Amino acid sequence: MPDQTPAHEIRPVTQEIPERFIPVPTVEPGHTFASVTDHISAIVLRKKMPFLWWVGLAASCFGVMVLTATIGKLVLVGVGIWGINHPIGWGFDILNFVWWIGIGHAGTLISAILLLLRQEWRTSINRFAEAMTLFAVSAAGLYPALHTGRPWYDFWLFPYPNTMTLWPQFRSPLMWDVFAVSTYATVSALFWYVGLIPDLATLRDRARGKIARVIYGMLSLGWRGSAKHWFRYESTYLLLAGLSTPLVLSVHTIVSFDFAVAQLPGWHATFFPPYFVAGAVYAGFAMVLTLAIPARKMFHLEDFITMKHLENMGKIMLATGLIVFYSYCMEAFFAYYSGNNFERYMWINRVSGPYWKMYAMLIICNGVAPQMMWFRRMRTSTAGLFAVAMFVNVGMWLERFVIIPTSLHRDFLPSSWGMYHGTRWDWGMFIGSMGLFFFLLFLFVRFLPMISIFEMRTMLPEAQAHPEGHEA
Amino acid sequence: MAQIFHRSTNTLARVTIFGAVFAVAFVLWAIGGVVRSPYATDQGIEREQPVPFSHQHHVAGLGIDCRYCHTSVETSNFAGLPPTQTCMNCHSQIWTNAEMLEPVRASFANNKPIVWSRVHRLPDFVHFNHSIHVNKGIGCASCHGRIDKMALTFQASPLTMEWCLECHRAPEKFVRPRNEVFNMAYITTEQETIGPKLVREYNIQKLTTCSTCHY
Repeated sequence: MPDQTPAHEIRPVTQEIPERFIPVPTVEPGHTFASVTDHISAIVLRKKMPFLWWVGLAASCFGVMVLTATIGKLVLVGVGIWGINHPIGWGFDILNFVWWIGIGHAGTLISAILLLLRQEWRTSINRFAEAMTLFAVSAAGLYPALHTGRPWYDFWLFPYPNTMTLWPQFRSPLMWDVFAVSTYATVSALFWYVGLIPDLATLRDRARGKIARVIYGMLSLGWRGSAKHWFRYESTYLLLAGLSTPLVLSVHTIVSFDFAVAQLPGWHATFFPPYFVAGAVYAGFAMVLTLAIPARKMFHLEDFITMKHLENMGKIMLATGLIVFYSYCMEAFFAYYSGNNFERYMWINRVSGPYWKMYAMLIICNGVAPQMMWFRRMRTSTAGLFAVAMFVNVGMWLERFVIIPTSLHRDFLPSSWGMYHGTRWDWGMFIGSMGLFFFLLFLFVRFLPMISIFEMRTMLPEAQAHPEGHEA
Repeated sequence: MAQIFHRSTNTLARVTIFGAVFAVAFVLWAIGGVVRSPYATDQGIEREQPVPFSHQHHVAGLGIDCRYCHTSVETSNFAGLPPTQTCMNCHSQIWTNAEMLEPVRASFANNKPIVWSRVHRLPDFVHFNHSIHVNKGIGCASCHGRIDKMALTFQASPLTMEWCLECHRAPEKFVRPRNEVFNMAYITTEQETIGPKLVREYNIQKLTTCSTCHY
């Protein structure tokens, strides 16, 4: 019929679009190049920090002192001060190592994978998340290094031509761990630093004090922002993103091998690598939320870390949380389907043995709590997100507790059964490593731009290229 | 705005970045050298002894067999240090008034052993057995060097695990006929043929498991 109205003209243009269909912007409207730079660099360059920042710094500094004291005691006395003993040789030390390493993963995922997938919303949280990765890896690295009992011999972990003509045991996953984690730390540090260079140059140019100018000047490696610089910068950054991408998967895969390669019921399972990687991303996003929600409030960054970012992170938490919960179900299914008495006993003991409370809390924290993220109202409420993120932080710690000591405490022979409790030194070390993590974070937000200034500027409408003939 | 840095900083920055690579390489190389040097291994360092005993004089000059003093070398893990009585077998007859030998006579008179300072010290976590090495055709000189040329005794080998394994991994390169074990001057040009033959004959195993020495 020739006189039929074309479909796109049927709907009246004046109709109100429901609010939920309006995309939330990644940067609140009204910002210009200058206002973005001013806002973010002012956090670093101002003289006075918020009172809460001082409180946090003092508290975390106390944590660092606790850490120093526990490490001192450990070096003087030995690992006997920890709760580990036969049959549970891996306790808080390995548990916290895995917990911290997992937390680090979100940073790499955000900065590398989301960059390659062109997820532009990553821009305002990547710097922060990468810093979190670095500090989490530093906290994680402490544990295996001290678990050796004689940390001054830790260089034996690396293959080097020594006077014993001995090489480390390359067939051991613990050895792979050394390479995986040290590579991860190196690449993350490089990636973070390279990404910082243009912003360091901005700070150099804006700093008032002589010392600040010299320090930022040295760190910015002579960045002038020429086209050549940008060309090289972009290539390097992309290459590093390519290098980091496999690390997101490989590091926690190898950490999971520490368990999966052992022939212990509860550890010896083929689904461990994807289970651990999903758990790591899950834990990492929970930690990013835990940090980002107070930070955006404290430094008034609501314009840059918008609800869209928080909601997206909530969605990722839901997705990875479901993978993790699926893994718990599979663990039960494998125990049943294996037909193996020890495997079955392992699972029954997990659910109803002496540590059943841990398992129950794990299911509440990691299985039930993230289901809240199905609801848009929860995803768009900072309080709701923060609460769920805290549940996940605790849940991921419990998960590692359930995997490590619970699997070890019932050996094949009842004569080698035992119980595990962290001693006050274990807790001291845990609190201390949190102190270290937050101490570094507080220093980071004080001295470096916590949001990538130049990348935020590319997010503005002014920076978008317009097709021929269209005016924005 | 005034320049923060002088022009020369550009060169300085490049030199530091490239220099760091060499500096790190040099430090690692230096550490590798120090841990193998006599500073760390005591190799070649003459120890001060209560009596300046000369193996050169007693072995090369007088022709005394190793086992005259180190009596338990063929039967025990410890080669044995001679009691003062062994010294006095001869020194009650010759050089009886030599001032140098005063501590020996005093030890004999007071029935108190001479406190020699140890030259070859292995860590407590390593077990070494002299008898098995001697009985399987490893010469004294293979480890201790030309003792018959030492005026004062020193450690001829580094005693690092690297050095132990050099032989444990390839005993055929070092094994000698049993009757040549105590011969200080033994040299052969046919090690390549007799080595593997002796390894078979003496049933020598390449013992490189940890618990061979660390138990």
